[in-house]
Order: sequence, then C-alpha cells, then structure tokens
Amino acid sequence: MARIWRFGANVNTDQIVPGRYAPYMLKNEDDLRKYPFIEARPEFASTVRPGDLIIAGPNFGCGSSREYAPLALKMVGVGAIIAPLFARIFYRNALNLGIPLFEADLTDQLEDGQEVEFNAETGVIIADGRTIQLPPPPEWMREVWREGGIVPFYRKYRRFPGAASV
Amino acid sequence: MGQTLAEQILSHAAGKPVSAGERIVARVDLAMMHDSISPSIIKILHQELGADQVWDRDRVAVVVDHVAPAATIQTAEHQQALRRWVRQQQITHFFDVGRGISHAVLVEEGLARPGMLILGSDSHSTAYGAVGAFGTGMGSTDMALALATGQTWLRVPETVRILARGRFRPGVGAKDLGLRVARLIGADGAAYQSVEWHGVEELSVSERMTLATLSIELGGEAGIIPPTGPGWEEHAAQRGITVPPWLRVEEGARYSRTVEVDLDTLEPQISVPHSVDNVRDLSELGRVEVDVVYIGTCTNGHANDMAAAARILKGRKVARGVRLLVVPASSEALRQATADGTLATLLEAGATIGTPGCGACIGRHMGVLAPGEVCLFTGNRNFRGRMGSPEAQIYLASPEVAAATAVLGYIAHPAEVIG
Repeated sequence: MARIWRFGANVNTDQIVPGRYAPYMLKNEDDLRKYPFIEARPEFASTVRPGDLIIAGPNFGCGSSREYAPLALKMVGVGAIIAPLFARIFYRNALNLGIPLFEADLTDQLEDGQEVEFNAETGVIIADGRTIQLPPPPEWMREVWREGGIVPFYRKYRRFPGAASV
Repeated sequence: MGQTLAEQILSHAAGKPVSAGERIVARVDLAMMHDSISPSIIKILHQELGADQVWDRDRVAVVVDHVAPAATIQTAEHQQALRRWVRQQQITHFFDVGRGISHAVLVEEGLARPGMLILGSDSHSTAYGAVGAFGTGMGSTDMALALATGQTWLRVPETVRILARGRFRPGVGAKDLGLRVARLIGADGAAYQSVEWHGVEELSVSERMTLATLSIELGGEAGIIPPTGPGWEEHAAQRGITVPPWLRVEEGARYSRTVEVDLDTLEPQISVPHSVDNVRDLSELGRVEVDVVYIGTCTNGHANDMAAAARILKGRKVARGVRLLVVPASSEALRQATADGTLATLLEAGATIGTPGCGACIGRHMGVLAPGEVCLFTGNRNFRGRMGSPEAQIYLASPEVAAATAVLGYIAHPAEVIG
C-alpha cells in the first residue's frame, strides 16, 4: 500500500529542500535524505515509506533549478508525484532522475494519509475499492523511466529521448 | 506566418524551422554553471556520463556567486575543487569570488548576446533575455548532458506577450511592471512558455534584466526583451555587439495570450509573504515595520538600482533599528557606484555593503533572517524560509521603495520621503 501525501498549489523547491540544506552545504551528501519538506512538513522525511505518493495542486516544484529537491524525494523512495501542472525545471529534473510524474488533479479525490494501491506502469490507483486511471505519460517519458533516468538512458542509446542520436 | 523570438532562436539552434509544441534537439551556444551546483554537475559529467572534457571550453562560463566568499569550510573546499577543475578543463571564462552574480557578469562581459541559446544551472538564467537571448535554467543532469554533448533537448514553448503602454511615472519602474504582471497572470501564468516583453524600448539592459529574471517567477521558460531601442543600443555599442539579421519581432507571430499593462497609471507594487504573485498596490498595504532593507540580487542589484536608492537616501539616515544591506550585483556595478558617488551616499546614510554576488537571496550567508524578522527585499523570491528562518517575512519591491522604507522604518512610498 502507498500512503498519500497531499500538498496545495505552488509548492516551491525552497519548501521541498531549503537552500541551506543543499548538498553544497552538507558534510555528508547522503544526509540530503533527512531534509525533504524539513520545514513545510517536518514529519515527512522520517515517516515517508518507499512507494508513497505525493499529490499536489498546480505548479508543483516552482522556483529554483535545484535538482537536489527531486533528488531528496527520490532518496526517500517517493513512488510518483501527481499534480495538474509541474513547474518546468522541476519536471525535467524529476524526469531525468526517473521519478514518475503524472499530470492530474487528485487533491479533491484523495485524502492526506489515505492508503491506496498504485501501479506506476499502468497508472492505476485503487482507493477504497475505487479505480482512478491516471492519464498515460508520453512514450518518450516511459522510455526514460524504464532505464531509470536520463543518464542510464543516454549511456545506453547515446541520444535524447524520442530523438535521433546526438 | 511569423515566428516569436523564442521560435526564431530555437530554429537557429535546431538548424531547421521549428514552431511551438515541437520537441527538438538544439545546439547550445553558452553554458553557465555556478559554485552551488557545480559539484554535482562535474560529478555527473565525469563519473556518470563518463565524459573526460567539456564539449567546448570557450562556451562554458563558471561563476562563484552563490556563497561568495565561502562561508564555511565545506563551501571553501567545494570552491577549491571547482578552481582545480576549471584549470584542468582550461575553461576560458571563469569568474571568481567578488566578480558578481553570474547573470550580471555574463551580460556585462558581452558573453551573453542576442539570438543565443544559453543554459544556466540557475533558474534566473531567464536573465539573458535582457540581451535578446533565449536563457533558461536547468538542473545538474541537464547541464552535465549539455557540457558533454554541446546539445540539449527542449519543447519549443508558446509565448505570452506582455504589452506595456505609456510611460512610467516617477518612482515607478521595471520592478513594478514585473510584479504587476505576476499579479495579473500568477506564478504559473507562463508555465512552459516564453515571455516576450514589448513596449519597454526605453529601458536600459540592467532594467531589462529585472523583467527577464522575474519571467521565471511567472513560470516562464525564457523571458525575452527585443534587442532594440536606446537602452539596447548603448549596451551593444559599448561592446561591439550586433543583432543577428534573422532575429526581429515579426508580424503574424502567434502568441498564446497578450497581457496589457498601462504604465501611465501603474503605482509602486509590493509582493507580500509568501509568494511572488501575492501582489498589491503599495497604497493598499497597511503599516508594516521592517527590521532589514536589502538591496541586491540579479533582479535589482545593478548600478542603476543602487543609484535610484541613493537619490532617495541622499542627505538622509537609515531609521534607528533598521539595517540597510546593499549587495551589488557585480564588481562593475560597485565600480560604477563608487565612481558616481552612489556608494558614498549609501554609506553616509548608514548602509552596509556586501561582496558582489547572490548574498542572502538563498538564505545561506551575508544577512540571513531571524524568526519574526521582516525584510523589504529588492530580489525576486519571498518564499517562506528563502532568506533564512521560515518564520521571517519577506516583502518584494523596487529599490526606490526599499530606500524610502530604510529611511522611515516602515514600508513606504518614495513620495513619503522626497515629497
């Protein structure tokens, strides 16, 4: 089962990981896993379980280009992020790291803390016996997920997703 | 059918005509990386992608601006390693501690030019739109891929056109226009899109940088001001820069929407905690006392911004109990402020001057805020915790409003000071 972590609109990267907790500022870079939502939701990092889902309002990940924001979410095993609109840089960064993203607004349909079943490959959520089908991501995005991120993708194919070789 | 400026630049970078909605592979003209993100870019470039060298050492700019000078042993070690890497890679364009904020530096140096595709490891890389470039921010992995290949992949964005009409009133300027647009279209009003700013030909390139950097606060992928008008001509003439013949505003270019702003009636705008698009007219704000007034950043830390503040501060003192911190955007801005007397005026009023760079904008050093403190900031983000404590309050406004606020101790219209 996956737990739902529900957030509002315009969640910015300073909320996800404040600049003071950047790897640049840390003695041990692995400590980054302690800091997602350290101030916005202090219980998140210590209680999130691998596979849990973040659902949010529009413009998730707005603000800075810091890739360590989605990296921190990946380190604690976030299973997917679902929002009606992602800020562009965050979207690229999360895609590059291989974090599944779905564009849908579920904030009216699911409660914070709710336990659901989730299949990232099919995009199906089962919540209290009810099935929610997420819109399928484009094939080029799935290509990247399958390889586990853009770096393994590039190393294997020597090209950008959905494009001819470089 | 005409093309937007973004479509023209990306067509050039892709080597074929492209239009909004297409996904393309594009040639990168310039890649900028700064101290804060460089360690992870370098690690991905060498250890994960297995590349030995950057694709073109003349097309990479490295700037130490985020924690400059180093605030901790940790950041000092990272900067030491970065300098070693710059030598080893023989990077041509390296700007160390004190030269200033990457965006200001690349524009001043004439490295950022019209028609270029410029990637930066910083979201405010939209700044390069001030000189008619397509500047956009990217994360570490995208930057490492660009350094390895000289290329990137993009979706060609639609464009939101901002159409300013009329003339700014005294004490009102580019910052107020930018915040007004944030108020009108919101923090995601230009998500995945380019922003084209029209009707601002009179503005200097520094003032254009205010609009270009604020474009990311609208969600913009780029924020481009057409490289025309007197403000542009002066910048171009000083540096011998020409505009490529294929780059011009075209009749029939398709915009997703046009947002008009009447400058004749525009009042000073203020963005209140904790989001940039939470904007109102300054006259609607009640009395807000402040602890800190901070003038700086790539948005409003330029020579003209310090001079605008100095005009209001001249012969006056910072209010008791208020700290006025001024962090110039670049060493060149500081040199100009020294030459024209601005710096002396600021010091006589009681300002503290920081090392040119990003300063406290990312909340790591040089003026971090305590819980409960209120800051009037000329920067671009008032997110909770941005400049330090999440219990601090950040208000965004122009350098003129900042100066008036420093004198009176509460957020004030410049007219309250200078009449």
